[in-house]
Amino acid sequence: MSGLVAITGLTVAFSGQPALRGVDLAVGRGEAVGLVGESGCGKSVTWLAALGLLPSRAEIGGSVRLEGEELIGAPPARLERVRGGRIAMIFQDPASSLNPVHRVGRQIAEALSLHRGLEGASARAEARRLLDLVGIPDASRRLDAYPHEFSGGQNQRVMIAMALAGRPELLVADEPTTALDVTIQAQILDLLHSLRREFGMALVLISHDLGVVSETCERVAVMYAGRIVEEAPTERIFADPRHPYTRGLLGALPPLAGPKRRLASIPGGVPEPWAMPPGCAFAPRCAAHRPECDRAAPHPLPVAPGHRAACLRATEPAAAEPVPA
Amino acid sequence: MVRFLLSRLLRAAVTIVLVVTFAFVVLRLSGDPAQIIMGADAPPEAVDAFRTAWGLDQPVWVQYFHYFGAIASGDLGRSMRDGREAIVLVAERIPATLALTVPALLIKLLLGIPAGIYAALHRNSAVDRALMVAAVAGFTVPSFVLGLLLVLVFAVQLGWLPSGGQESWRHAILPVATLGIGGAAVLARFTRSAMLEVLGQPYIRTASAKGLTWRAVVWSHALPNAAIPTVTIVGFMVGSLIAGAVVVESVFSWPGVGRLMVVAVANRDLAVVQCILLLVAATMVVANLTVDVLYGVLDPRLRTGIRRAGAG
Amino acid sequence: MSAPLLEAEGLVRRYAMRRGLFGRGVEIAAVDGVSLRIEAGRTLGLVGESGCGKSTTGRLVLGLERPDAGSVRFEGRPMPPPGTAEWRRLRARMQMVFQDPLGALDRRLPIGEQIREPLDIHGLLDPAARQARVFDLLHAVGLREDHAARYPHELSGGQRQRAVLARALATGPSLLVADEPISALDVSIQAQVMNLLADIQARFGIAMLFISHDLRAVRQLSHRIAVMYLGRIVEEGEPDAVLHDPAHPYARALVSAIPHPGRAVRRILLPGDPPNPADRPPGCAFHPRCPAAVARCRAESPALKPRADGRLVACHVAQGEAEAPIRQAA
Repeated sequence: MSGLVAITGLTVAFSGQPALRGVDLAVGRGEAVGLVGESGCGKSVTWLAALGLLPSRAEIGGSVRLEGEELIGAPPARLERVRGGRIAMIFQDPASSLNPVHRVGRQIAEALSLHRGLEGASARAEARRLLDLVGIPDASRRLDAYPHEFSGGQNQRVMIAMALAGRPELLVADEPTTALDVTIQAQILDLLHSLRREFGMALVLISHDLGVVSETCERVAVMYAGRIVEEAPTERIFADPRHPYTRGLLGALPPLAGPKRRLASIPGGVPEPWAMPPGCAFAPRCAAHRPECDRAAPHPLPVAPGHRAACLRATEPAAAEPVPA
Repeated sequence: MVRFLLSRLLRAAVTIVLVVTFAFVVLRLSGDPAQIIMGADAPPEAVDAFRTAWGLDQPVWVQYFHYFGAIASGDLGRSMRDGREAIVLVAERIPATLALTVPALLIKLLLGIPAGIYAALHRNSAVDRALMVAAVAGFTVPSFVLGLLLVLVFAVQLGWLPSGGQESWRHAILPVATLGIGGAAVLARFTRSAMLEVLGQPYIRTASAKGLTWRAVVWSHALPNAAIPTVTIVGFMVGSLIAGAVVVESVFSWPGVGRLMVVAVANRDLAVVQCILLLVAATMVVANLTVDVLYGVLDPRLRTGIRRAGAG
Repeated sequence: MSAPLLEAEGLVRRYAMRRGLFGRGVEIAAVDGVSLRIEAGRTLGLVGESGCGKSTTGRLVLGLERPDAGSVRFEGRPMPPPGTAEWRRLRARMQMVFQDPLGALDRRLPIGEQIREPLDIHGLLDPAARQARVFDLLHAVGLREDHAARYPHELSGGQRQRAVLARALATGPSLLVADEPISALDVSIQAQVMNLLADIQARFGIAMLFISHDLRAVRQLSHRIAVMYLGRIVEEGEPDAVLHDPAHPYARALVSAIPHPGRAVRRILLPGDPPNPADRPPGCAFHPRCPAAVARCRAESPALKPRADGRLVACHVAQGEAEAPIRQAA
């Protein structure tokens, strides 16, 4: 798998307070990578920073390369070609992510004009084809509808159609199903899966839900407090999680079978950006905490091929952890 | 749409009736017009004769119904001072007022809206801060203070412009500036906050993520949405084209509708005051109606407005 | 079966809804004939998607809204009309917790005072003892005494939900209606709050109506679960029975939609959107999305009734009353 996007040492701070504290992540061509973590861990900020979508007061450092081409600090014109062209992004709340005063056909056509040079009737025909593709019934009529005339799930389909307009090599989906109902979530995940198979497009799925990510992605990266703490092929992250935070997340999920047990909850809460612990950011909540954890932030240690964990004890074999069914 | 317009028109009619009634009651309660017009020294027989002539001797509710009956048949009454038709008196003054308020409205729109947009797009920049300080000053300083200030500087100190009267276009400059600056300040602040609200919306991020230039994001995605709330305040400004210059006309001795109003109130010239109020209410109502229709044009959610049930 | 703490019979709640600015009003039934019972110290989980009427059911059960038809009995007695003194007395024994703890708390008051407030309102305990009770409650929900002086914005999301729980517990209720109490929280905090709810139930013997869209959370906390669709309960039974062998096609789709970490599953994909209560299809409301629908489902609404195994199901097919699924027209 050849590299498409390589993020190295990416940092972001807002008025001096760190949001990302050095993120390294690579996405191969056609690969599906899940980015998991709780609110404020930096999973969305990573990709907003990569695409230059953060407000100008954000202080950004490090590097994001798209097939060797540096995106951080790139001139606006070059970023605009990448955005919606080679890398498209969809967001959590589809209803408010579409402009309420424009017809959806026009919003899709805009992307077609920017990245494919299509105008007028040919743009409209292509927009209709895209709506068809994402499963909007009666597409030619619905082109003239406004976002408020669609349901939440349909709006997310429209967002996906718009994202596909530029024939992206990578689709970044930021919590695409969080605002949707369970059965609609299943529809959207299914759609993303089949589109990826059809177009060989890479996918980054940002989610707080390990379950959602595991079904869609080949590789999972777990983020905590602005860093990736563990990264592994999907099967491994569930079968043999090495970072205590990953184990905590898995243990916090109520099982669907077996005897009811008390949930293994992680005590406390995420540290605030202005009160980051000196060493490992997870140390204050960690059951396996040792004095050396407080000395410096641990580097990711290789555990197995493609499996790294940023924990001093990552290479110690895990005790048998109950993985929820 | 027809239903919507009909309901709005009905509401407009009710508004006008209420305004006129209110004016009628307040003016009748605030002193005896006969005494005021005839003067304190007038003989009682003359005052009584005046009362009878103008129907002021009848019970208030009879006067009220007469008044409404007359309005319904298009008769807005005559001035008690010179006996001329009130509507003619008022109509004569309208051009003078519009000569101030229309240029002032243009200043408000052409200065206020771009300034607000610029400030929003360059939030927290030096220009933004300067503009907002100016805007706060512009709408906290009452128009008579601003007017007097301008007179002091440009008429008294520098002697560049006349301080009052209506002889030439140069006489209009200071009153137009007084009206325009205050309104532009209000509009600038309003436009800025509407723009900032819109710029924070997720669909703006979507538009950027699509690869649009920032200019295109602002023009085709932010402005159409920011226009929706801004239309309200612009509508209000259009509605006050007739009535918005009362203070400024007095400060600059400009013989417009506002000055006529001040004089007529002082004299308890009932028909004239009522005629002006009716006119003001009518322009306001028409402006509001236009705003409502514009909302429908600008915001598709109001046009079709099929909301999905949200009971959880 | 012991006498239930709460028994609701045939609850119906209709709302007038206007379609659009110029449209005419239509009446929609948010809750359309819901019966449920909750025994003392037990939890009934109410599952469904947005618009299914689960929150409205919660408010009806508490008497916060009056049903258009049906009745609620609490401890064997009918619910007094809202606003009466008797109702207020009863309200101290039934409390509610919502999804958004920040919205439920008053931003201008320290949480200690907010926890104390129900004691003042209902005149419980003598004033001197109330402060001690506040500290007890804080301990019970896993907060410290010094948290009493903090304002809501000074607490994390999980701590706020704990404070809301402490306030709900202040009057010593015997029923707690929890409406999506964990869905606004992060995964690790969700687990903390679920554990807390279980602890509270074990310690105080409180009955709960746990309303959620999350089947995992519902299984974790409930002794029985009821699945709602378009204002009606379509299946009700023991959690593991419903989750491992759902009988109603909608319940089957819901269960199959639960993401399983590290395991690929075959999903039942339902076509279409969650239904709109204003457009209730004739017959079984689920039939347009149902993979198993037969002709009868379009004509006749199935009643919720027990199967041989004791499970309550409202489905012609699952009850074995109809066979031979027809092909759905797309």
